[in-house]
Amino acid sequence: MTSADVAEVVASPEAIAARLAASRYLADDSLATAIFLAIRLGKPLLLEGAPGVGKTEAAKAVAELLGRELVRLQCYEGIDAGHALYEWNYQRQLLAIRHAGEHEIDIYDDRFLIARPLLQVLRAPEQRVLLVDEIDRSDHEFEALLLEFLSDFQISIPERGTIRAATQPIVILTSNRTRELAEALRRRCVYHWIGYPDAQREAEIIMLRARGVAEATARAVANAVQEIRARPLAKPPGIAETVEWANAATILEKGGSPWPQAFRRAIGVLIKDEEDLSAIAPELGRIVEEALG
Amino acid sequence: MRRPEDLPRPAAPFLGFARLLRSHAFAIAPEQVTSFMQAVTLLGSRSMNDIREAALATLAPSPDRRGEFETHFRAYFYSDAKPSIGGKEEDETRVKDERGTRDKENQTARQEKGGELSSALEQLSSRNFQRDADELGQFRRKLASALPARRSFRTTRTRSRGALDLRRSLSEIVSADGDIPSPLLRRRQAVSRKLLLLIDVSGSMKLHTADYLKLAHAAVQGADRAEVFTFGTRLTRITSALRIRDREQALARAAALVDDWDGGTRMGPTLLAFLSVPRFSAFARGACVVTLSDGLERGSHAELEIAMRRLSARAFRLSLASPLAGDPRFRPETAALRAILPALDDLVDGSSVKSLTDFILSLARPAPAAASIWKRIS
Repeated sequence: MTSADVAEVVASPEAIAARLAASRYLADDSLATAIFLAIRLGKPLLLEGAPGVGKTEAAKAVAELLGRELVRLQCYEGIDAGHALYEWNYQRQLLAIRHAGEHEIDIYDDRFLIARPLLQVLRAPEQRVLLVDEIDRSDHEFEALLLEFLSDFQISIPERGTIRAATQPIVILTSNRTRELAEALRRRCVYHWIGYPDAQREAEIIMLRARGVAEATARAVANAVQEIRARPLAKPPGIAETVEWANAATILEKGGSPWPQAFRRAIGVLIKDEEDLSAIAPELGRIVEEALG
Repeated sequence: MRRPEDLPRPAAPFLGFARLLRSHAFAIAPEQVTSFMQAVTLLGSRSMNDIREAALATLAPSPDRRGEFETHFRAYFYSDAKPSIGGKEEDETRVKDERGTRDKENQTARQEKGGELSSALEQLSSRNFQRDADELGQFRRKLASALPARRSFRTTRTRSRGALDLRRSLSEIVSADGDIPSPLLRRRQAVSRKLLLLIDVSGSMKLHTADYLKLAHAAVQGADRAEVFTFGTRLTRITSALRIRDREQALARAAALVDDWDGGTRMGPTLLAFLSVPRFSAFARGACVVTLSDGLERGSHAELEIAMRRLSARAFRLSLASPLAGDPRFRPETAALRAILPALDDLVDGSSVKSLTDFILSLARPAPAAASIWKRIS
């Protein structure tokens, strides 16, 4: 997709929301606005929110919307430059030196360079979207490295010199907020906090994602999950779990269990913590009954 | 240079809004203001809501202060209610520093029986004010190196014990014209573990909270990664206040943050609240968790037991430092203590700064579980 096409796709937040819905992602107004601003202002988009609210899905949907390939960099404690930027293929270099014998050989050729996500995106910014996933898991040092990358979009390889992006790549960062990100990083990004959707929207999401689920079921599930999230659980159910629950209950119902029971028996796909399960168990019957109306 | 007066007139309100936010201690950089205005231009400001979305996206208020931000926004652009109410609502929630956590329980009565009960015992514990200052200074300097370490994924160059450093070795081989010199090594770095202090500020701990806060300040200053929370009837995160280098200032800020001083203790529910906030509980993972409390729980201890078990499942080491344990006649015999003892790695004396600092500095040394020690004594 050329930049002219991009400009057409991202003409307005509404256009983005419509295109996202077409790729099966329902964005609310403020998320659509944030995506619009990030693309048009040429800034990275920082998405924060509780686990399971669809941050990574949003990034995938944006990549699809732009018709670009998504390059994902999963962060973890101890991630280093070798995993994020580039690495030399030493084995091949040594073999090549052996092979060359008396001939001259450039062992810092492209053949020996293993491009990691950041470099991959830098090389083809028009074809790729970079997703830096769960950046809060990485260390502070890595955040600093990323900051440098995000401000200049260039990487220096000592043996090769500096590689610059021809155009500004589109970058999406996600964070679960297990720790505070550096202010400098937040400042450089367009920011959006994704909360849990309301019952109405969640029902729409369930119907969009799980084709076999009836509308009444989707509404009941959405209502019940709202109720469950209101309790102090160690791990409140995310959207993916909600969709799974609707799916599982539908399958059980087709297998012959009546509705309230189907929900209760499928609870294992919604709540995956033993203590949460025992805390919610006594009330589950009531919650499901109420949600079914 | 252009002065604010030179700006086109329609731009002035946006600049003014940023200024208003800054005056309420929102950290907003000039470049963010520029993006804000660019965003408004891009969106064409069709409605007030677009301006609000643009402000949220570019000025990036932290989710904790979102409510406050919205109030300021409304007050500024719609000129309605006074913004002074903003932010105060949040203070009513049980967990501070976190938006969206419900406060189901009402405020409990400030009167506590435990207060009298334990203050009688506290007279036994000795305190020495003069020594404390040097003690804390030393503690601060030693802490970073004394905390238990874990292996990081990051590597450093080393001369012995380590894996081959292929990158450097290859360049050595090339520069030595194919000869293989002595191999170069790298080793994974050791990183000190996180330190989490949970301080009981209820009435029964009255005599000790001041000392504990000083200790917490030294810990935040000294350790690489430390977090401090206070709990009584609510949970309050005070780490950011304690980051201020000057102790008096830091303690004053912290004191202003906490609003359940000398109240009752609801240790179980507050610790559960701590665990139900993902970014707080994630900090406990693999951390040294030191709880400073007498463990006198009001009412049933079932929740306390669950909370402690969960904490210990996350923590590298879970310790309870109780001022009552300074008394040689102390035995963990209250129902609550007996229930949580199996989950504890240590149950130690927390009656003086000296004993506490000594204990925290010794966290890296392995010790038998608390239950086995106290069984032997009793």
